Amino acid sequence: MAVRRRSILPGFGLTMGYTMVYLSALVIIPLAALFWKSAMLPWPRVESLLHDPELMGTLKLTFGLSLLAAVLNACFGFVTAWTLVRYRFPGSRLVDGIIDLPFALPTAVSGITLATLYSENGWLGGPWHGFARTVNPAWHAAAAAVNGVLSAVHVSQALAWAGLPDGIASDLPEQIAYTRLGMLIAFIFIGVPFVVRTLQPALEDLDREVEEAAASLGASRRQTFVRIIFPALLPALLTGFSLAFARAVGEYGSVIFISSNIPGKTEITAHMIMKKLEADNYPAATFLGVVMLLASFMMLGAINGLQWWASRRGRGAA
Amino acid sequence: MSALKRPSGAFRVVMIGATLGFVALFLIVPLIAIFFEALRKGLAAYGAALGNHDSLHAVMMTLLLAACAVALNTVFGVAAAWAIAKFDFRGKTLLTTAIDLPFAVSPVVAGLCLVLLFGRQGLLGPWLEAHGVRIIFALPAMVLATAFVTFPFVARELIPLMQEQGSQEEQAALSLGASTWQMFWRVTLPNIKWALLYGVILCNARAMGEFGALSVVTQPMQGKTNTLPLEIEYLYNSYGGLGMEWAFALSTLLAMLGLVTLAARGLLEWKMARALGAGAREGE
Repeated sequence: MAVRRRSILPGFGLTMGYTMVYLSALVIIPLAALFWKSAMLPWPRVESLLHDPELMGTLKLTFGLSLLAAVLNACFGFVTAWTLVRYRFPGSRLVDGIIDLPFALPTAVSGITLATLYSENGWLGGPWHGFARTVNPAWHAAAAAVNGVLSAVHVSQALAWAGLPDGIASDLPEQIAYTRLGMLIAFIFIGVPFVVRTLQPALEDLDREVEEAAASLGASRRQTFVRIIFPALLPALLTGFSLAFARAVGEYGSVIFISSNIPGKTEITAHMIMKKLEADNYPAATFLGVVMLLASFMMLGAINGLQWWASRRGRGAA
Repeated sequence: MSALKRPSGAFRVVMIGATLGFVALFLIVPLIAIFFEALRKGLAAYGAALGNHDSLHAVMMTLLLAACAVALNTVFGVAAAWAIAKFDFRGKTLLTTAIDLPFAVSPVVAGLCLVLLFGRQGLLGPWLEAHGVRIIFALPAMVLATAFVTFPFVARELIPLMQEQGSQEEQAALSLGASTWQMFWRVTLPNIKWALLYGVILCNARAMGEFGALSVVTQPMQGKTNTLPLEIEYLYNSYGGLGMEWAFALSTLLAMLGLVTLAARGLLEWKMARALGAGAREGE
């Protein structure tokens, strides 16, 4: 590419000035207001907020469930992207088109739809209710055995960190809506397109000849996957995972209807910010808001880093 | 494809089955459920749900807010893309990153920022109150919130395209005597029209469906401030009566908007790929 000389085109001052003014008025100044307000919180107040079990509980719940949903999305998304890129089957175009539905459906609509579907009388919640009731006696015995093993091998620390201080649940929840299981489903729903859409181009770019070379050199299909395919897809997979995670952390509309929004149990951070504002508790809302904002900036940085890694990986392979 | 160690048929069937199951359970069943719930009480009830005063007002509010946000962000998107793509200056990467920021911010946090700036206890709150200006719980905050969450859509479609196109055509137009406006309308705009339309369509869909940020900066009021998503929440939470069916009836409008957006997007992607292909052939 030739070195660009000083442009003779008009309008730099005008467009640049407008860009800066509009960006500042709409984005920078409001974000700065949040940082300013949080910096103005007196330290003792911040300390008490940091020890508030309600606030810490909602942050743990939001980030924990979002992480779990992103991990599950990475798995489902991998299978879906693989199928869509490698196989043609009746309806594959339709399936490919419908993947973006969670992007296109307003969150309030997804929210009330999921809540209705997974309620006790819903199309999916109803059958689950029956299933859970039949399976629960067996589940109860199995969970007791698993938890016995878990307590014997001293992993209580890891379990507590994963949000399961008492091991796995001794009963399957009979209801999905208004429980954490329902919230998890809503988080998975909104994250579906991220992993699939970041993996698809990476899968398409994958050089089949390298796979064939590995196979002809005697690699088994498992070896080819673990050593060749998976490493090549890893940056894209991690990017999609992070995007899904970041989206879930900030999500509001899709989750609040399927959640019972009980503080400390099923209330996500975005909902608690809203409740604190309605109760005129500005310090708590500001604190939660700035934590969320800092987390999104960190995730944005991580995603940019991953994309840079992916593009470098792509060039290196070419 | 070589015949070497082709994936076995069983593996293929399992993968396709898992994908179909996942997509059906998570995407297709919810989509069908929206329309089923809306039409549960029949077409007449569906028509009544859409035809009443509050629903029509919510549609108008939604259209009004989307029009404002799309207009604001389109002018900004073209201006920003022009400055970033056609000129060299320091801090360009930083500016491009800043433009994408709103996508990383939770809508509720975006609403919170506006409250902390313009609200009663906000930084500008006392000054605004003294001058009798109402922003929070009024239309201006709703426009600002919608414009915030849809901020990057147009700019992010135009910037990479205009960077790739360079500025030779514009320079040629100018040196042949075209005025600035002639250059813009006859050269720049035709070159970017599909990407511009693409950005506008995505911006519009997101603006019409915005919920979280609006929930923070408005008080739900039927027939006044409620947009479609806010009205849907209001109806869904009003127990008894026809609330639920009406909420789903309004949801079908937004679901159809979403489906039309997806279709238009597919069509535009195909058009843009073709335009790009034609450009590449010309360049050879």
